[in-house]
Amino acid sequence: MSLRPGLVRGLIELRQAFTGAELLGNLFWPVATLVAVVWLGDATVLPGTLGMFVTFGMLLIAQNLGADREDGTLLRAKAIPDGVRGYLIGKIVTVSGTVLAYLLILFVPGRLIVGGLTVRWSIVAWLLPLGLVATQALGAVLGSLISSSRGAGLLSLPVLGLIAISGVFVPIAVFPGWLQGVAQVFPVYWLGEGMRAAMLPGGGRLAATAAVLGAWSIAGLALAPVLLRRMARRESGSRVAARRDRVLQRVG
Amino acid sequence: MNPIEVTGLRMRYGAREVLDDVTFHARPGEVLTLLGPNGAGKTTTIEILEGFRTRSAGAATVLGVDPARGDERWRARLGVVLQSWRDHGKWRVRELLAHLGGYYPAPIPPDELLALVGLTGQARDRLRTLSGGQRRRLDVAIGIVGRPEVLFLDEPTAGFDPAARREFHELVRRLATENRTTVLVTTHDLAEAERLADRIVILDGGRVVAEGTTGELTRRMAGRDEVRWTVGGERFRRSTDRSTPFVHDLFREHGDDVADLEVRRASLEDAYLALVRSS
Repeated sequence: MSLRPGLVRGLIELRQAFTGAELLGNLFWPVATLVAVVWLGDATVLPGTLGMFVTFGMLLIAQNLGADREDGTLLRAKAIPDGVRGYLIGKIVTVSGTVLAYLLILFVPGRLIVGGLTVRWSIVAWLLPLGLVATQALGAVLGSLISSSRGAGLLSLPVLGLIAISGVFVPIAVFPGWLQGVAQVFPVYWLGEGMRAAMLPGGGRLAATAAVLGAWSIAGLALAPVLLRRMARRESGSRVAARRDRVLQRVG
Repeated sequence: MNPIEVTGLRMRYGAREVLDDVTFHARPGEVLTLLGPNGAGKTTTIEILEGFRTRSAGAATVLGVDPARGDERWRARLGVVLQSWRDHGKWRVRELLAHLGGYYPAPIPPDELLALVGLTGQARDRLRTLSGGQRRRLDVAIGIVGRPEVLFLDEPTAGFDPAARREFHELVRRLATENRTTVLVTTHDLAEAERLADRIVILDGGRVVAEGTTGELTRRMAGRDEVRWTVGGERFRRSTDRSTPFVHDLFREHGDDVADLEVRRASLEDAYLALVRSS
């Protein structure tokens, strides 16, 4: 019952994300990154940035969950039969669609301008879905633990830090060994590695990529339903009102 | 069995008792109002019945089901309008109604719903551009999209102007009489309770302090009329159960000397305020 409304919901919110005022906000980062890639003139940077934008799906999910709890969207979903399931299906569709749009904005012109990329689609075909699952399941875990949109906003700081050490713009080899080790625990590095393997000559560590992303996916998918259910169960009108009062106090 | 049955309901947060032995019921097609000041426990009660909160003790059923164990099929038979929502700001009014209807087996078509709540002109507007009153009417539209058998309304008219409030009351009355929807409304506004309700349950400090129709409550609680007058410049004031014969006697005794006569009838409002203030 909730699958179809969930898909419809995702497509409607995807359209909203790419029309009107939201369009500019959503174009800014991929276009700015495209400009940076072109300016660097380095074909090896582009695959890493694609991996980075897949990672942004994690932030998008976490921030959406924070904002939707604050304004009562999630509570509304809870008041409707199968509404929470429909809401989550919709969220996955919207965020996946947004990430894919980012990738196209970056990849299609980027490939033409920079050149020198030979895409092995057989790798992209498993890497991209696996990356979307790993990052969004993780995003759902983080989003259900963070109770405000401000908290979710703060989440972008460590993620940006992680991106900085994950070999997206600067090769990972320039960092000390322990920092390389930290970077290689998280999906950002491996999404970049996988994308480079799929697009640059010489390949990369595909088995390790699949293993790390797979492990994050399994951990995320195991934890996310439990935490999301807990988050939804706790939602009530008085909680939304209390959160709103907190926000007003902060503004006032 | 009545659509809403509440017996000995208790809610505790740590040492604080929010609901203390609350018992009431709502009959099919009845508008029942939970009336009380802020902090009386109205929202807690309604959230327990909606299945959004777990009670500490006591029994409750909504449509024969314990709300703590209600499944999604049960939820499909309820309508819920909570306090102030700001959700779905980017959505258009008709679009959201059509989408949310998709979760129910037999939803009211969006255009019919828009006409019912008077939002036909706003069908293509984004939610964040609606006025407070329009927004609230949309909340009600969403609450009834699935043709609920029981409708919960938590402080539905907060922030309404008088005209919008009247229209809203008519809408709720119509739902109850035409669709036989059982409606549970919370409010802190006595005038609203009087206008809307078939029966009123007055809640204060987590307890039911009175219950009945407006007429019953007035007779039971309102107390005595007050008569004020002057004779020869001197002021008098008397409380009485029978103000009309009292005034008659007054004139028979003093004739034209009686001046500045005032009779204040006992009102439910005075009684309600006295009741709520005393606790």
